[in-house]
Amino acid sequence: MHNHDHSILNITYLWAMPFLLLIILYVFAVYQSDKKYRKWPIYRTFSFIIGVICVLISIIGPIAEQAHTNFIFHMYTHILLGMLGPLLIVISAPITLLLRSISIGNARRLSKILKNQYIKFVSHPIIAALINLGGLWLLYATSLYHEMHASVLLAVVIHTHIFIAGYLLTTAIIYFDPTPHRTSFKMRSVVFILYMAGHSILSKWIYANPPNGVANIEAEIGALTMYYGGDIVDVIIVIILCYQFYTSATVRNTLKYGKYRFN
Amino acid sequence: MRTAKRTLEALNFWSGILFGLGAVAFIDETIFHQILHWHHFYDKSTTSIGLISDGLFHAFSWFATVASLFMVADLRRKNSWNKKRWFGSYILGAGLFQLYDGIIQHKILNLHQIRYNVEIFYYDLVWNLIAAVMIIIGLVILQSEKQKSELKVCEE
Repeated sequence: MHNHDHSILNITYLWAMPFLLLIILYVFAVYQSDKKYRKWPIYRTFSFIIGVICVLISIIGPIAEQAHTNFIFHMYTHILLGMLGPLLIVISAPITLLLRSISIGNARRLSKILKNQYIKFVSHPIIAALINLGGLWLLYATSLYHEMHASVLLAVVIHTHIFIAGYLLTTAIIYFDPTPHRTSFKMRSVVFILYMAGHSILSKWIYANPPNGVANIEAEIGALTMYYGGDIVDVIIVIILCYQFYTSATVRNTLKYGKYRFN
Repeated sequence: MRTAKRTLEALNFWSGILFGLGAVAFIDETIFHQILHWHHFYDKSTTSIGLISDGLFHAFSWFATVASLFMVADLRRKNSWNKKRWFGSYILGAGLFQLYDGIIQHKILNLHQIRYNVEIFYYDLVWNLIAAVMIIIGLVILQSEKQKSELKVCEE
Protein backbone atom coordinates (compact mmCIF):
# COMPACT_ATOMS: atom_id res chain seq x y z
CA MET A 1 0.00 0.00 0.00
CA HIS A 2 2.74 2.36 0.95
CA ASN A 3 4.67 1.50 -2.20
CA HIS A 4 1.61 2.07 -4.32
CA ASP A 5 1.09 5.59 -2.96
CA HIS A 6 4.73 6.33 -3.48
CA SER A 7 4.68 5.42 -7.17
CA ILE A 8 1.61 7.59 -7.80
CA LEU A 9 3.39 10.46 -6.11
CA ASN A 10 6.38 9.99 -8.41
CA ILE A 11 4.31 9.91 -11.57
CA THR A 12 2.46 13.09 -10.60
CA TYR A 13 5.68 14.88 -9.85
CA LEU A 14 7.07 13.91 -13.24
CA TRP A 15 4.77 16.66 -14.54
CA ALA A 16 7.08 19.10 -12.81
CA MET A 17 10.03 18.15 -15.03
CA PRO A 18 9.12 20.25 -18.12
CA PHE A 19 8.65 23.29 -15.89
CA LEU A 20 12.00 22.82 -14.18
CA LEU A 21 13.53 22.36 -17.62
CA LEU A 22 12.03 25.69 -18.73
CA ILE A 23 13.58 27.47 -15.75
CA ILE A 24 16.98 25.87 -16.44
CA LEU A 25 16.75 26.85 -20.13
CA TYR A 26 15.83 30.43 -19.24
CA VAL A 27 18.70 30.81 -16.78
CA PHE A 28 21.12 29.24 -19.29
CA ALA A 29 19.90 31.62 -22.04
CA VAL A 30 20.41 34.58 -19.69
CA TYR A 31 23.95 33.37 -19.01
CA GLN A 32 24.63 33.15 -22.76
CA SER A 33 22.97 36.51 -23.47
CA ASP A 34 25.05 38.30 -20.83
CA LYS A 35 28.22 37.33 -22.73
CA LYS A 36 27.12 39.09 -25.92
CA TYR A 37 24.59 41.78 -24.96
CA ARG A 38 23.83 44.30 -22.24
CA LYS A 39 23.26 42.56 -18.92
CA TRP A 40 19.83 40.91 -18.66
CA PRO A 41 17.98 42.59 -15.73
CA ILE A 42 17.84 40.29 -12.71
CA TYR A 43 14.17 41.11 -12.00
CA ARG A 44 13.23 39.44 -15.29
CA THR A 45 14.89 36.19 -14.25
CA PHE A 46 13.13 36.25 -10.88
CA SER A 47 9.86 37.14 -12.54
CA PHE A 48 10.16 34.14 -14.87
CA ILE A 49 11.04 31.71 -12.08
CA ILE A 50 8.20 32.85 -9.81
CA GLY A 51 5.80 32.93 -12.77
CA VAL A 52 6.61 29.35 -13.72
CA ILE A 53 6.25 28.30 -10.07
CA CYS A 54 2.79 29.94 -10.00
CA VAL A 55 1.78 27.81 -12.97
CA LEU A 56 3.43 24.72 -11.47
CA ILE A 57 1.70 24.87 -8.08
CA SER A 58 -1.66 25.37 -9.74
CA ILE A 59 -1.21 22.10 -11.63
CA ILE A 60 0.56 19.83 -9.16
CA GLY A 61 1.06 19.78 -5.42
CA PRO A 62 -1.19 20.39 -2.42
CA ILE A 63 -3.09 23.45 -3.75
CA ALA A 64 -3.86 21.69 -7.04
CA GLU A 65 -5.04 18.57 -5.21
CA GLN A 66 -7.35 20.58 -2.95
CA ALA A 67 -8.66 22.37 -6.02
CA HIS A 68 -10.20 19.14 -7.35
CA THR A 69 -12.76 19.08 -4.55
CA ASN A 70 -12.70 22.58 -3.06
CA PHE A 71 -13.95 25.54 -5.09
CA ILE A 72 -12.05 28.07 -2.96
CA PHE A 73 -8.76 26.37 -3.80
CA HIS A 74 -9.88 26.14 -7.39
CA MET A 75 -10.07 29.94 -7.37
CA TYR A 76 -6.53 30.19 -6.02
CA THR A 77 -5.36 28.12 -8.98
CA HIS A 78 -7.51 30.26 -11.30
CA ILE A 79 -5.64 33.38 -10.18
CA LEU A 80 -2.19 31.73 -10.16
CA LEU A 81 -2.56 29.98 -13.53
CA GLY A 82 -4.62 32.50 -15.47
CA MET A 83 -3.54 35.86 -14.05
CA LEU A 84 -0.46 36.10 -11.83
CA GLY A 85 1.62 33.41 -13.61
CA PRO A 86 1.04 34.87 -17.10
CA LEU A 87 1.73 38.42 -15.84
CA LEU A 88 5.07 37.44 -14.29
CA ILE A 89 6.09 35.50 -17.39
CA VAL A 90 5.15 38.42 -19.65
CA ILE A 91 7.30 40.73 -17.48
CA SER A 92 10.26 38.33 -17.91
CA ALA A 93 10.28 39.07 -21.70
CA PRO A 94 10.75 35.45 -22.81
CA ILE A 95 10.42 36.15 -26.55
CA THR A 96 13.23 38.73 -26.42
CA LEU A 97 15.45 36.23 -24.66
CA LEU A 98 14.51 33.50 -27.13
CA LEU A 99 15.31 35.76 -30.11
CA ARG A 100 18.72 36.45 -28.62
CA SER A 101 19.45 32.79 -28.00
CA ILE A 102 18.69 31.27 -31.40
CA SER A 103 20.51 31.64 -34.70
CA ILE A 104 19.82 34.70 -36.85
CA GLY A 105 18.01 32.59 -39.44
CA ASN A 106 15.72 31.09 -36.83
CA ALA A 107 15.18 34.48 -35.21
CA ARG A 108 14.05 35.85 -38.58
CA ARG A 109 11.69 32.91 -39.01
CA LEU A 110 10.26 33.44 -35.52
CA SER A 111 9.71 37.15 -36.00
CA LYS A 112 8.01 36.38 -39.31
CA ILE A 113 5.63 34.07 -37.44
CA LEU A 114 4.96 36.76 -34.83
CA LYS A 115 4.11 39.19 -37.60
CA ASN A 116 1.54 36.97 -39.34
CA GLN A 117 -2.13 37.79 -39.64
CA TYR A 118 -3.33 35.07 -37.28
CA ILE A 119 -1.15 36.37 -34.43
CA LYS A 120 -2.28 39.89 -35.29
CA PHE A 121 -5.89 38.78 -34.97
CA VAL A 122 -5.69 36.87 -31.68
CA SER A 123 -3.37 39.37 -30.02
CA HIS A 124 -5.73 42.27 -30.62
CA PRO A 125 -6.95 43.45 -27.19
CA ILE A 126 -10.64 42.97 -28.06
CA ILE A 127 -10.15 39.41 -29.34
CA ALA A 128 -7.78 38.48 -26.50
CA ALA A 129 -10.26 39.79 -23.91
CA LEU A 130 -13.13 37.91 -25.56
CA ILE A 131 -11.13 34.66 -25.64
CA ASN A 132 -10.26 35.11 -21.98
CA LEU A 133 -13.68 36.13 -20.62
CA GLY A 134 -15.58 33.86 -23.00
CA GLY A 135 -13.65 30.84 -21.74
CA LEU A 136 -14.31 31.79 -18.12
CA TRP A 137 -18.04 32.33 -18.66
CA LEU A 138 -18.24 28.96 -20.43
CA LEU A 139 -16.39 27.26 -17.61
CA TYR A 140 -18.44 28.65 -14.72
CA ALA A 141 -21.82 29.41 -16.23
CA THR A 142 -22.34 26.05 -17.94
CA SER A 143 -21.87 22.52 -16.63
CA LEU A 144 -18.31 22.53 -18.00
CA TYR A 145 -16.81 23.06 -14.54
CA HIS A 146 -18.56 19.93 -13.30
CA GLU A 147 -17.53 17.88 -16.36
CA MET A 148 -13.91 19.01 -16.07
CA HIS A 149 -13.52 16.91 -12.93
CA ALA A 150 -14.61 13.74 -14.70
CA SER A 151 -12.21 13.93 -17.65
CA VAL A 152 -8.42 14.28 -17.47
CA LEU A 153 -8.26 15.36 -21.10
CA LEU A 154 -10.83 18.11 -20.56
CA ALA A 155 -8.98 19.28 -17.47
CA VAL A 156 -5.68 19.52 -19.37
CA VAL A 157 -7.32 21.41 -22.26
CA ILE A 158 -9.08 23.85 -19.91
CA HIS A 159 -5.99 24.54 -17.81
CA THR A 160 -3.88 25.10 -20.94
CA HIS A 161 -6.54 27.44 -22.31
CA ILE A 162 -6.70 29.44 -19.08
CA PHE A 163 -2.94 29.99 -19.10
CA ILE A 164 -2.68 30.85 -22.81
CA ALA A 165 -5.71 33.16 -22.65
CA GLY A 166 -4.20 34.94 -19.64
CA TYR A 167 -0.84 35.30 -21.36
CA LEU A 168 -2.44 36.52 -24.60
CA LEU A 169 -4.50 39.18 -22.86
CA THR A 170 -1.55 40.41 -20.77
CA THR A 171 0.71 40.77 -23.84
CA ALA A 172 -2.10 42.56 -25.68
CA ILE A 173 -2.29 45.19 -22.91
CA ILE A 174 1.29 45.72 -21.70
CA TYR A 175 4.45 45.50 -23.81
CA PHE A 176 7.65 43.85 -22.61
CA ASP A 177 8.52 41.83 -25.72
CA PRO A 178 8.76 42.96 -29.35
CA THR A 179 5.15 43.65 -30.31
CA PRO A 180 4.65 43.99 -34.08
CA HIS A 181 0.92 44.61 -33.80
CA ARG A 182 0.60 47.52 -31.37
CA THR A 183 -2.70 49.19 -30.55
CA SER A 184 -3.32 52.64 -29.07
CA PHE A 185 -3.23 53.39 -25.35
CA LYS A 186 -6.87 54.44 -25.59
CA MET A 187 -7.89 51.10 -27.12
CA ARG A 188 -5.97 49.08 -24.52
CA SER A 189 -7.35 51.14 -21.62
CA VAL A 190 -10.96 50.85 -22.70
CA VAL A 191 -10.69 47.12 -23.40
CA PHE A 192 -8.98 46.46 -20.10
CA ILE A 193 -11.59 48.40 -18.13
CA LEU A 194 -14.30 46.35 -19.84
CA TYR A 195 -12.36 43.15 -19.15
CA MET A 196 -11.99 44.03 -15.44
CA ALA A 197 -15.71 44.79 -15.30
CA GLY A 198 -16.51 41.46 -16.97
CA HIS A 199 -14.31 39.60 -14.53
CA SER A 200 -15.91 41.22 -11.48
CA ILE A 201 -19.44 40.77 -12.87
CA LEU A 202 -18.68 37.06 -13.40
CA SER A 203 -17.44 36.68 -9.83
CA LYS A 204 -20.63 38.26 -8.47
CA TRP A 205 -22.64 36.02 -10.76
CA ILE A 206 -20.86 32.95 -9.35
CA TYR A 207 -21.58 34.27 -5.84
CA ALA A 208 -25.30 34.08 -6.57
CA ASN A 209 -25.28 31.07 -8.94
CA PRO A 210 -22.84 28.38 -7.76
CA PRO A 211 -21.54 26.13 -10.58
CA ASN A 212 -22.92 22.57 -10.69
CA GLY A 213 -21.81 20.50 -7.71
CA VAL A 214 -20.42 23.43 -5.69
CA ALA A 215 -21.88 24.19 -2.25
CA ASN A 216 -23.29 27.70 -1.67
CA ILE A 217 -20.79 28.75 0.98
CA GLU A 218 -17.83 27.53 -1.10
CA ALA A 219 -19.12 29.40 -4.13
CA GLU A 220 -19.48 32.58 -2.07
CA ILE A 221 -15.95 32.49 -0.66
CA GLY A 222 -14.59 31.39 -4.05
CA ALA A 223 -16.35 34.30 -5.74
CA LEU A 224 -14.91 36.77 -3.22
CA THR A 225 -11.44 35.29 -3.83
CA MET A 226 -11.89 35.71 -7.57
CA TYR A 227 -13.18 39.29 -7.14
CA TYR A 228 -10.49 40.63 -4.83
CA GLY A 229 -7.64 38.43 -6.06
CA GLY A 230 -8.46 39.46 -9.62
CA ASP A 231 -8.41 43.11 -8.54
CA ILE A 232 -4.87 42.83 -7.19
CA VAL A 233 -3.45 41.38 -10.42
CA ASP A 234 -5.53 43.69 -12.64
CA VAL A 235 -4.43 46.81 -10.75
CA ILE A 236 -0.77 45.79 -11.23
CA ILE A 237 -1.47 45.55 -14.97
CA VAL A 238 -3.18 48.97 -14.95
CA ILE A 239 -0.19 50.50 -13.14
CA ILE A 240 2.22 49.05 -15.73
CA LEU A 241 -0.03 50.17 -18.61
CA CYS A 242 -0.20 53.75 -17.29
CA TYR A 243 3.52 53.77 -16.50
CA GLN A 244 4.38 52.70 -20.04
CA PHE A 245 2.15 55.48 -21.38
CA TYR A 246 3.66 57.99 -18.93
CA THR A 247 7.21 57.24 -20.11
CA SER A 248 6.25 57.30 -23.79
CA ALA A 249 7.49 60.18 -25.95
CA THR A 250 3.98 61.33 -26.86
CA VAL A 251 3.23 62.21 -23.24
CA ARG A 252 6.60 63.80 -22.57
CA ASN A 253 6.10 66.05 -25.59
CA THR A 254 2.45 66.93 -24.92
CA LEU A 255 3.20 70.64 -24.78
CA LYS A 256 4.62 70.61 -28.30
CA TYR A 257 1.35 69.27 -29.67
CA GLY A 258 -0.83 71.29 -27.33
CA LYS A 259 -2.98 68.26 -26.58
CA TYR A 260 -2.78 64.71 -25.39
CA ARG A 261 -2.46 62.00 -28.00
CA PHE A 262 -3.62 58.69 -26.67
CA ASN A 263 -1.57 56.45 -28.87
CA MET B 1 1.38 78.80 -26.06
CA ARG B 2 -2.28 79.42 -25.40
CA THR B 3 -3.20 75.82 -26.26
CA ALA B 4 -0.43 74.43 -24.06
CA LYS B 5 -1.79 76.40 -21.11
CA ARG B 6 -5.32 75.19 -21.81
CA THR B 7 -4.06 71.62 -22.04
CA LEU B 8 -2.41 71.84 -18.65
CA GLU B 9 -5.52 73.40 -17.08
CA ALA B 10 -7.64 70.58 -18.48
CA LEU B 11 -5.12 68.01 -17.27
CA ASN B 12 -5.22 69.44 -13.74
CA PHE B 13 -9.01 69.44 -13.80
CA TRP B 14 -9.51 65.90 -15.11
CA SER B 15 -6.80 64.44 -12.95
CA GLY B 16 -8.59 65.83 -9.88
CA ILE B 17 -12.02 64.59 -11.03
CA LEU B 18 -10.71 61.08 -11.69
CA PHE B 19 -8.85 60.91 -8.41
CA GLY B 20 -11.97 62.07 -6.54
CA LEU B 21 -14.01 59.33 -8.20
CA GLY B 22 -11.40 56.71 -7.36
CA ALA B 23 -11.05 57.92 -3.78
CA VAL B 24 -14.81 57.69 -3.09
CA ALA B 25 -14.94 54.21 -4.62
CA PHE B 26 -12.01 53.20 -2.45
CA ILE B 27 -13.57 54.60 0.75
CA ASP B 28 -16.84 52.90 -0.17
CA GLU B 29 -15.06 49.58 -0.57
CA THR B 30 -12.86 49.73 2.54
CA ILE B 31 -15.14 51.43 5.07
CA PHE B 32 -18.66 50.42 4.09
CA HIS B 33 -17.96 46.98 2.66
CA GLN B 34 -14.94 45.69 4.57
CA ILE B 35 -14.86 47.45 7.96
CA LEU B 36 -18.47 48.30 8.84
CA HIS B 37 -20.05 45.52 6.73
CA TRP B 38 -23.01 47.83 6.08
CA HIS B 39 -23.03 47.32 2.32
CA HIS B 40 -23.59 43.83 0.99
CA PHE B 41 -21.18 42.33 -1.55
CA TYR B 42 -24.13 41.11 -3.54
CA ASP B 43 -27.74 41.82 -2.80
CA LYS B 44 -29.61 38.80 -4.18
CA SER B 45 -32.32 41.09 -5.52
CA THR B 46 -29.84 42.93 -7.75
CA THR B 47 -30.95 43.26 -11.37
CA SER B 48 -28.52 42.37 -14.13
CA ILE B 49 -28.31 46.00 -15.26
CA GLY B 50 -27.35 46.91 -11.68
CA LEU B 51 -24.68 44.23 -11.71
CA ILE B 52 -23.24 45.56 -14.98
CA SER B 53 -23.26 49.16 -13.75
CA ASP B 54 -21.52 48.10 -10.55
CA GLY B 55 -18.90 46.09 -12.44
CA LEU B 56 -18.15 48.91 -14.86
CA PHE B 57 -17.81 51.46 -12.09
CA HIS B 58 -15.67 49.15 -10.02
CA ALA B 59 -13.27 48.67 -12.95
CA PHE B 60 -13.34 52.31 -14.02
CA SER B 61 -12.66 53.60 -10.49
CA TRP B 62 -9.53 51.47 -10.17
CA PHE B 63 -8.32 52.67 -13.54
CA ALA B 64 -9.17 56.29 -12.68
CA THR B 65 -7.21 56.16 -9.42
CA VAL B 66 -4.05 54.89 -11.11
CA ALA B 67 -4.34 57.04 -14.24
CA SER B 68 -5.03 60.25 -12.27
CA LEU B 69 -1.92 59.77 -10.15
CA PHE B 70 0.19 59.31 -13.29
CA MET B 71 -1.39 62.52 -14.59
CA VAL B 72 -0.22 64.30 -11.42
CA ALA B 73 3.26 62.85 -11.95
CA ASP B 74 3.19 64.18 -15.51
CA LEU B 75 2.07 67.64 -14.30
CA ARG B 76 4.84 67.73 -11.72
CA ARG B 77 7.35 66.70 -14.37
CA LYS B 78 6.17 69.71 -16.38
CA ASN B 79 6.19 72.01 -13.31
CA SER B 80 2.51 72.66 -13.88
CA TRP B 81 0.66 71.07 -10.99
CA ASN B 82 -1.93 73.64 -9.89
CA LYS B 83 -2.76 72.29 -6.45
CA LYS B 84 -5.76 74.49 -5.81
CA ARG B 85 -7.42 73.74 -9.13
CA TRP B 86 -6.62 70.05 -8.68
CA PHE B 87 -8.05 69.98 -5.15
CA GLY B 88 -11.23 71.76 -6.27
CA SER B 89 -11.90 69.26 -9.03
CA TYR B 90 -10.98 66.42 -6.67
CA ILE B 91 -13.74 67.43 -4.23
CA LEU B 92 -16.13 67.98 -7.15
CA GLY B 93 -15.35 64.53 -8.61
CA ALA B 94 -15.78 62.88 -5.22
CA GLY B 95 -19.14 64.61 -4.69
CA LEU B 96 -20.40 63.72 -8.16
CA PHE B 97 -19.54 60.07 -7.75
CA GLN B 98 -21.02 59.93 -4.26
CA LEU B 99 -24.25 61.40 -5.65
CA TYR B 100 -24.25 58.90 -8.53
CA ASP B 101 -23.71 56.07 -6.06
CA GLY B 102 -26.36 57.36 -3.66
CA ILE B 103 -29.09 58.08 -6.22
CA ILE B 104 -28.54 55.91 -9.30
CA GLN B 105 -26.82 52.85 -7.83
CA HIS B 106 -28.54 52.65 -4.45
CA LYS B 107 -32.02 53.94 -5.32
CA ILE B 108 -32.73 53.58 -9.04
CA LEU B 109 -30.75 50.42 -9.81
CA ASN B 110 -31.32 49.05 -6.29
CA LEU B 111 -27.81 47.60 -6.24
CA HIS B 112 -27.53 47.43 -2.50
CA GLN B 113 -28.54 49.73 0.35
CA ILE B 114 -26.27 51.76 2.62
CA ARG B 115 -27.31 49.66 5.61
CA TYR B 116 -29.83 46.92 6.29
CA ASN B 117 -32.59 46.59 8.95
CA VAL B 118 -32.62 50.33 9.71
CA GLU B 119 -34.76 53.30 8.69
CA ILE B 120 -32.91 53.79 5.40
CA PHE B 121 -34.32 57.26 4.61
CA TYR B 122 -32.01 59.10 7.04
CA TYR B 123 -28.96 57.25 5.77
CA ASP B 124 -29.81 58.14 2.19
CA LEU B 125 -30.46 61.75 3.18
CA VAL B 126 -27.10 62.17 4.95
CA TRP B 127 -25.28 60.32 2.15
CA ASN B 128 -26.66 62.55 -0.61
CA LEU B 129 -26.38 65.75 1.45
CA ILE B 130 -22.67 65.09 1.95
CA ALA B 131 -22.39 64.56 -1.79
CA ALA B 132 -24.17 67.86 -2.52
CA VAL B 133 -21.97 69.76 -0.04
CA MET B 134 -18.83 68.33 -1.66
CA ILE B 135 -20.04 69.35 -5.12
CA ILE B 136 -20.68 72.92 -3.90
CA ILE B 137 -17.30 73.20 -2.12
CA GLY B 138 -15.55 71.87 -5.23
CA LEU B 139 -17.29 74.37 -7.50
CA VAL B 140 -16.52 77.28 -5.13
CA ILE B 141 -12.82 76.39 -5.01
CA LEU B 142 -12.66 76.04 -8.79
CA GLN B 143 -14.45 79.38 -9.27
CA SER B 144 -12.16 81.29 -6.92
CA GLU B 145 -9.10 79.72 -8.53
CA LYS B 146 -10.34 80.73 -11.95
CA GLN B 147 -10.85 84.34 -10.89
CA LYS B 148 -7.42 84.43 -9.31
CA SER B 149 -5.70 83.11 -12.42
CA GLU B 150 -7.60 85.58 -14.63
CA LEU B 151 -6.45 88.39 -12.31
CA LYS B 152 -2.87 87.19 -12.76
CA VAL B 153 -3.23 87.29 -16.52
CA CYS B 154 -4.55 90.90 -16.31
CA GLU B 155 -1.65 91.98 -14.08
CA GLU B 156 0.83 90.51 -16.51
